[in-house]
Amino acid sequence: MTLQILMNGLVAGSMIGLGAIGVTLTYSILRFPNFAHGELIAWGAYLALTVSALIGGAVGASMDPIGPFSFGWGLIIAFVLAMGLTGALALALDWLLFKRLRNQGAVMIIIVMASFGASMALRSALEFIYTAQPAYFTRELQIAMPLGGGVRATPDQLFAIGLTAALVFGIHLLLTRTPQGRAMRAVSENPSLASLVGVDVDQVIRLVWIMGAALACAAGVISGILVQIRPYMGFDLLLPLFAATILGGIGSVPGAIIGGLIVGIGEALAVQLVGAEWRAGAAFVILTAILIVRPTGIFGRA
Amino acid sequence: MGIETFAYAAFFLTMALTYAVICLGLNLQWGQTGLFNVGIAAFVAVGAYASAILTTPPTPDRVGGFDLPILVGWAGALVASGLLALFIGWLTIRLRADYLAITTFGVAVLVQLAMLNLEGLTGGPFGIGFVPKPFESLQGDAIAFSFANLGVVILAVLAVYLFLERLVRSPWGRVLRAVREDEVAAQALGKNPMRLRIQAFAIGGAIMGLGGAVQAHFIGFIAPENYLPMLTFQVWAMLIVGGSGNNRGAILGAVLVWGVWAASAAVIEQLFPSGSQARAASLQIVLIGVALCVILMWRPQGILREIKTVSRHALGTVRNAGSR
Repeated sequence: MTLQILMNGLVAGSMIGLGAIGVTLTYSILRFPNFAHGELIAWGAYLALTVSALIGGAVGASMDPIGPFSFGWGLIIAFVLAMGLTGALALALDWLLFKRLRNQGAVMIIIVMASFGASMALRSALEFIYTAQPAYFTRELQIAMPLGGGVRATPDQLFAIGLTAALVFGIHLLLTRTPQGRAMRAVSENPSLASLVGVDVDQVIRLVWIMGAALACAAGVISGILVQIRPYMGFDLLLPLFAATILGGIGSVPGAIIGGLIVGIGEALAVQLVGAEWRAGAAFVILTAILIVRPTGIFGRA
Repeated sequence: MGIETFAYAAFFLTMALTYAVICLGLNLQWGQTGLFNVGIAAFVAVGAYASAILTTPPTPDRVGGFDLPILVGWAGALVASGLLALFIGWLTIRLRADYLAITTFGVAVLVQLAMLNLEGLTGGPFGIGFVPKPFESLQGDAIAFSFANLGVVILAVLAVYLFLERLVRSPWGRVLRAVREDEVAAQALGKNPMRLRIQAFAIGGAIMGLGGAVQAHFIGFIAPENYLPMLTFQVWAMLIVGGSGNNRGAILGAVLVWGVWAASAAVIEQLFPSGSQARAASLQIVLIGVALCVILMWRPQGILREIKTVSRHALGTVRNAGSR
């Protein structure tokens, strides 16, 4: 029973962790908590849904499920394209809103307010275009397979965990082994010093948005495969995302993932102990507890 | 220009002024103290529920229904929301501003959960009906009833406004702004910034609760969906548009934004067929969200700027210059 809670937490935590990487990167490099990040998750899922419908219309066979999974190649292709589109959306948002505020030298709280406004506008735009009715990538029913030790998981859930692991590994390599990654870490450390030594801060900012948005899209697609697609899906994840970001320590990518997993497991435990209706409360309790005990998070520095 | 127009004007203003009370509470927290509260809906909701539970007639299916006078309900709202704000403030105000924002956002999520799930106290998703209205006996006469209600809300706004203006001009208010402008300097003068912030946060939260209670008794019905993050967003838009740091700006912003809100709802109702009203409502939120972002970029100080307030013992020239 306990192992199953761990498994459920791991699946939910993958989505939270993927979203939290984007939050932690924007937080440490652009220096504000982005309340619109949840909307990138929802937009990513809807963009993937739209592209996959377009592909499905063009090539019928692409919708047939691959192996044990509930989705076909069409969704995989749509997912990759949607990652790019979500990145473009984030860049457009930065160009229209955040960049202007940065150039004006607006204080952080005004930028947070603006992200709050952008979040409202982006979410309601989804509701306007796609209505509040939930949508699904596939309606295929999956049977959970026994994995030993009394743990059961569906192939899709295992796919979600595997995809998260692969993406996190890729991001880790990018941040530690490439010049772009080093530039990002330099800007997060000290932006003015980084620009003095020749780091192109604007390029770093664009990279942050693209990476954060692509991972948000991944979180949205996973959540869409495992649960459903709704305009509010990202907004409902916002508190867990912030909890994971602060728990892991702002700016730390491994921290965001570990924070996400802990919050996911905390939620799964809350579902077992006090009931599913209080699930969202778990993120709040974890968040408040970290802020009191260790505001810098697990991997954070003071 | 019939009776309906008058009744509607009174209704519109009453509604706008209930928001003005909430907005004044936010102005103390943000405008005067620089505390970023993204959980306004939580404090408004706690006030509304506290007052409703105290004043509704006894009900078998939930706790409470104490049938107390409305003024007792309002006092209860002030206390309940004030205590919640005091607790949150005590918990998080020593942290950075962005952490307070995230925590208050979490409080709003938690209060939403509590409203939905503590059915024995809140009535769950169905909320609480039959919240008594002031001057219920006048209900037969639409005009008299709506103007009596308007009068009550005007009195409430006036009371809060005068209280806050006094507070702003008091030594306490000056220290508050000193802390906001330069915390280190204030600390060097022996002031305790944390305590001041917690006090301001609690008083602001209490006022938001009062606003929620006044609103609940005017609408006569409360439910969890009245207190979504949308409400937080509306009140913020009101303060930013009106001019944060300025109590008159807070009231002006509330009336203006509520006016734009109601007008845009009417326009969209005209443009869209009745079958797609839900979609139209989401388009309205898109427009308001975009408008808020535009205002933030174009005029972050709002319509009415903050008034420089100095001690009456300080230089007379400032007063003579019209800054009062």
